[in-house]
Amino acid sequence: MRKYTPKDNVQAKSYYTDRYYVAPRVPTQDVQADEIFAQQLETLKVKVEVKSAYIQLGQMIVEINSKDNYTALEILKNECDYAMCTELSAVDYLAKDGNFEVFYQMLNLKERKRMRLVCRVQPKEALESTVPLFKSANFAEREMFDMFGIVSNNHPFMKRILMPDDWEGHPLLKTYPLIGDEFASWYEVDKIFGKDAREAIGPENRDQAKIERYDTKRFSRVGHEVPFGADISEGEPETPIEYSETLLVNYNKGTKQLDRRK
Amino acid sequence: MQQPNKLSPFFENLNFEREDNTMVINFGPQHPSAHGQLRLVLELDGEQVVKAYPDIGYLHRGIEKMAENMTYNEFLPTTDRLDYIASTSNNYAYALAVEKLLGIEAPRRAQVIRTMLLELNRIISHLFFIATHALDVGAMSVFLYAFREREFAMDLMEDYCGARLTHSAVRIGGVPLDIPSDWMVNMRAFCDKIDHEVEHTYEALLTENRIWKMRLENVGVLSPEDALSWGCTGPMLRGSGIAYDIRKEEPYELYPELDFDIPVSKTNCSYGRYRLYMEEMRQSTRILRQLITKYDGTDPQLMAHAPQYISAPKEEIMTQNYALMQHFVLVTQGMRPPKGEVYVPTESPKGELGFYIKSEGEPYAYRLKCRAPSFYHTGLLQEILVGTYIADVVTIIGTTNIVFGEVDR
Repeated sequence: MRKYTPKDNVQAKSYYTDRYYVAPRVPTQDVQADEIFAQQLETLKVKVEVKSAYIQLGQMIVEINSKDNYTALEILKNECDYAMCTELSAVDYLAKDGNFEVFYQMLNLKERKRMRLVCRVQPKEALESTVPLFKSANFAEREMFDMFGIVSNNHPFMKRILMPDDWEGHPLLKTYPLIGDEFASWYEVDKIFGKDAREAIGPENRDQAKIERYDTKRFSRVGHEVPFGADISEGEPETPIEYSETLLVNYNKGTKQLDRRK
Repeated sequence: MQQPNKLSPFFENLNFEREDNTMVINFGPQHPSAHGQLRLVLELDGEQVVKAYPDIGYLHRGIEKMAENMTYNEFLPTTDRLDYIASTSNNYAYALAVEKLLGIEAPRRAQVIRTMLLELNRIISHLFFIATHALDVGAMSVFLYAFREREFAMDLMEDYCGARLTHSAVRIGGVPLDIPSDWMVNMRAFCDKIDHEVEHTYEALLTENRIWKMRLENVGVLSPEDALSWGCTGPMLRGSGIAYDIRKEEPYELYPELDFDIPVSKTNCSYGRYRLYMEEMRQSTRILRQLITKYDGTDPQLMAHAPQYISAPKEEIMTQNYALMQHFVLVTQGMRPPKGEVYVPTESPKGELGFYIKSEGEPYAYRLKCRAPSFYHTGLLQEILVGTYIADVVTIIGTTNIVFGEVDR
């Protein structure tokens, strides 16, 4: 039987994991352990349904429903002094849970506290944009859309930001391979020379480790270089290789003397 | 109007369009004042900017994607390519985030060396800032002088780690090397040199310079509310009168032990920010001088002792069987941090550089997000440029001090 390779997560995986290995967890604390966080959580709980809340490595993490994200951030900004939304992005859990985790990393400059507001978003679900509250979300939400395809409603300019406007696919999804997909390998060929030129040029090689037998430019087969422009339609011609003598003195003659001390 | 054809499908070259008496002009991506690959589409009414649209992504290499496909130690040299002006600060921010996740702390001597490298990188970055900023505004000689001193700083980095730009001088759990023999002497001389040059060259050339003042004063005015809302950090935030420096407020490494001040400018304009950068360089040399004295008498250990995550020192690997086995597993499979998530902010020369790491207990990070200060400062451009004149555009881009390695990632 062929070995099964999962399609929903094509990222690198450990080639060996002990059968009995159980990953330890980063210790978490109850929110009550920190007075300020506990108070802020109470303020948040008045208007927003909090699914879970805990402290991990000195920062409070609060999970809410995705429809409450704007309300929650409004409360955090106006009532809890979280004046800055330093970071906003998503984590792809489609393979595991069938949804995305979106996090808002908040900073309270007065109390010097940081917290993370977390919500789960379904694949086709759109979030409410937080640009009216934090202008920093303008670029961050565009990047989130570009990388994961999570749309923000009422965003002033919901377009791709890092990838070209006519790109297909969202690169940070776990289903997207590291070297790019089929579309990526034809993108530049189609763009510059047109689709008619596909046969003549061939797909872009996006695998850095690929070794091409008749590669005359990248010298991936050291010692078997084919001179540039050589006709290889009838097979590879035998080309004697001459290395400069200073480079390989006595190297091919079997009289190796690598360590002079002996 | 330029017709798109197959070879230039976009309007990549300078392009003029007339609509309702406004002119659309394309700035970059290959513009010497664009500080890298910034394409800025400006809509002009006469000489005044009506609308600005920063277009980024020309240097996008998918570093966050690469992080998901590399073990933690493999990824560290990649972080050099984020803010390539001061790469040790990226290495450090990443290493600190992983260390927080693992729950380990670098030994004392490594902490001293790391803090020194961080401050040295701050000076390198600030020198680069003043050089390019002055060049953009039109002061050519400052560029030459600042690059002269930057060479000395890069020589120090080269003496320490062998590299000048992509240092990788920090490892997860410590530093790879001890300080070479003459390094401290050179460092002390360098500190004196910088203090002298800041006062007698850069400030003497610029601070009271009539042209410099006319070009910078009340240009790029950023109110404190806007600075917070746009997520500005570092000198951009302190240039708007908000004294928030992560080194002081949420201290890491040796910063709580050190005596230094946080300069703040209340003018909100480019000139205030320039003064701020100059003062920060003085504070950095002050920190470096204190660190030179702190180095003496520290324990020679350079890497943290955490055999589960970090390889033992070379002598142990070569003499003890079990250390060799652990080293083999760590090299071939990579370390497996515990399940959890961490966000660690650090004060890089440009602002708040933070790494968010989500670990699922695998040797590969499940998600790594790099919070780059320049990314948010680029977003700010679409608002701060509106209403300014076209001559001030390069001043404002210069004052934000953006580096495209970390904008596009």
